[in-house]
Amino acid sequence: MTARKEAMMNSVKQELALANAQELMNKASERCFTKCVTKPGESLSSSEQTCLSRCLDRYMDAFNIVSKTYVARVSRERLEGQQAGLQDVL
Amino acid sequence: MADKFDEASQRELTEFLERQQAQARMSSQIQNFTVSCWDKCVTGTPSTRFSRSEENCLANCVDRFLDTSLFMVKQLEEKRIQSGR
Repeated sequence: MTARKEAMMNSVKQELALANAQELMNKASERCFTKCVTKPGESLSSSEQTCLSRCLDRYMDAFNIVSKTYVARVSRERLEGQQAGLQDVL
Repeated sequence: MADKFDEASQRELTEFLERQQAQARMSSQIQNFTVSCWDKCVTGTPSTRFSRSEENCLANCVDRFLDTSLFMVKQLEEKRIQSGR
């Protein structure tokens, strides 16, 4: 019983983590394609590939900065326990 | 082997799923903010690291978006009170 329950919980966590990672990659691809591949040719040039690689790193950095800021702000709002607080809009 | 979970397990799973859903909502928000704030703040060609101003812009973007949501809620509330008079 416990093993089945834990397996189910792990399965749910994994699915959510996978969905999150996929969303991140889809958005990074979209944004970086727009930035780096301005005139699509017969193949990806090496400068396009370099741009894409850097862009991916920057997108991950952006995600991390946004995550940290968001989590810190939500924690702060919860601590301050404002009435018309973020709880109402989140 | 029983097919269903016992009551205690069911409750535990329900609470677990609620927590996971709350976390999923937060993850979704973070994804949305990342896209919006990237568009606002990362305007040039990507380089090997962010400039200080790009980093600040991204952090500010999140806080200002949340301030905006709070502000909008307050505005709506004030309009509601005003129209009630």
